[in-house]
Amino acid sequence: MEGNYYVCTGCGLLCDDIEVELEKDAVSKVYTACRVGVAHMKEGSREAVSQVDGKPAEEAAAIEKAAEILKNAKNPLIFGLGTSTNEAQKKAIELAKKLNATLDDTSSFCLGPVVEALLQEKFNTCTLDDVRHKGDVMIFWGADPSDSHPRHLSKFSYFPRGEQKQRGWEEERTAIAIDIRKSHTAKICGSNFFQIPPGGDTEFINALIDGVSGKLPKTSYKFPPKRLLELANILKGAKFGTIFMGLGLLYSLESLDPIIKLVEVLNEKAKGEFHLIPVVGHYNMRGFNENLFAETGYVNCVKFENGEAKHGPEYSTVEALKAKAVDAALIIGSDPLASLPRSIVKNLLDIPIISIDPCETLTSRKAKVYFSTAVTGVECGGSATRMDGVEVKFDPILEAKRPTDEEILTKIMEAL
Amino acid sequence: MTSTMELYQLLPKTNCKECGKNSCMAFAAALMARELTPDDCPPMKNDPKYKENYETVSGMFSTTEGATETGLIVHEELCFGCGNCVVACPVNVANDPYGVGSGKAPKSTGKLILIIEDGIVKAQNVDECRRFGKNKILCTGCIVTCPVEAIEFV
Repeated sequence: MEGNYYVCTGCGLLCDDIEVELEKDAVSKVYTACRVGVAHMKEGSREAVSQVDGKPAEEAAAIEKAAEILKNAKNPLIFGLGTSTNEAQKKAIELAKKLNATLDDTSSFCLGPVVEALLQEKFNTCTLDDVRHKGDVMIFWGADPSDSHPRHLSKFSYFPRGEQKQRGWEEERTAIAIDIRKSHTAKICGSNFFQIPPGGDTEFINALIDGVSGKLPKTSYKFPPKRLLELANILKGAKFGTIFMGLGLLYSLESLDPIIKLVEVLNEKAKGEFHLIPVVGHYNMRGFNENLFAETGYVNCVKFENGEAKHGPEYSTVEALKAKAVDAALIIGSDPLASLPRSIVKNLLDIPIISIDPCETLTSRKAKVYFSTAVTGVECGGSATRMDGVEVKFDPILEAKRPTDEEILTKIMEAL
Repeated sequence: MTSTMELYQLLPKTNCKECGKNSCMAFAAALMARELTPDDCPPMKNDPKYKENYETVSGMFSTTEGATETGLIVHEELCFGCGNCVVACPVNVANDPYGVGSGKAPKSTGKLILIIEDGIVKAQNVDECRRFGKNKILCTGCIVTCPVEAIEFV
């Protein structure tokens, strides 16, 4: 079975060991991928569709219409891009510059702040391969990769054997889950599951810092100090520890300072090093953050003005829509109408939408112009950045019948 | 789980040696180790006197519907293909340390027990399973690592 391996772009893990069988120009069987990946890879042998006002139209006419909308807009919003290749993202940044647009991706209400702190080197980080080769203690905090990234534990973090971890998970690794409910990941962690009340993370972090520093850990919700000290002892004994930070933890914190301090304290008190990796959902959200950071110094929420980038929370998708500050929206590979609160996205219905997406979504149905594009990793190749910052290149499996995000963006730019 | 003693009670207990073993107790032990089958005891198979016992013993060794010979059942509707069991299975690791043992795609599927096909775990080569054969042990590697209890032994 050794042969052609493909990359799955179903989630932030970018598994690069997927084998497929083809039948009549479609993927018929997928090996090694999880269900998310299988569904993703079997999608993607559809015909190209472009629509204007919900009716099929020639691609050239749709491009023209899209360019007209963007030209007439004073402050267009470019949003999405978490599921586009690095190449398409760079194109979108270029387009935003040209249009003086507001540019944002899903990270502004997702793990953006963590990636920003990471790129500013505020804490120690490592790659998932390091965790596989060396990791002995891993904490899944406010994250449930068993559900969101099914192969996280089996491919990288807990079960596989690595260079310095040859004897397997039972003897050499300790997985810890800290969450508000017993998730599927917490179930695997068994007795190392620490259940805390919603919003109790900051206190738990401070208590843990106390525990690691030899003080009596106290929380207002009376978490048993004995259990906290047990956890502190496991962490102190770690030679290569990693905290996988999920949205659950981020949403509960008012600022990132406590978790950054915890990583610092652990690096000081523990036997070895401690690292933090954000558990990014979309396959190339970190890529967008890094590309924009390289260009402007910010990871999201920017507004271009004559080539200069302005940054602030008012330029995030949510705030811009709330304030009705934008007058057109170019949405790439995202479905804000389905995923954002109704009170905010209803403002999206008042402005013309251009949707670029492989799938038909609620947003694409309400769009003035819609382009159905190729599924990356299946119909088109490119490169993307994994959740730990490793760049992964991938080739297409099938011959594409649909254009890529990048091609559509290039054509729109030319038409402007 | 059936015990050797339980099996012995159902045998003719005549020590006729027709099966090639020295006693019915030895035959029961061989049955348990799956070296012989109930059909290897001619008196029990052919004598109408033992018909009922023969059927009971045969029933003990037939596999439950949907289960493999080791009793492994995969609840396909629960499994989402995380592959924890594939990577944790000690036999898989021993037979393919640089493939599935290291969390990657299998390098050779020849002797692997569990693989992921279309997002669902598939059991094959069950004779390699540690729950099978002469020196079987009650290994639970694939059960304890499953987050959704999709693997069960009956």
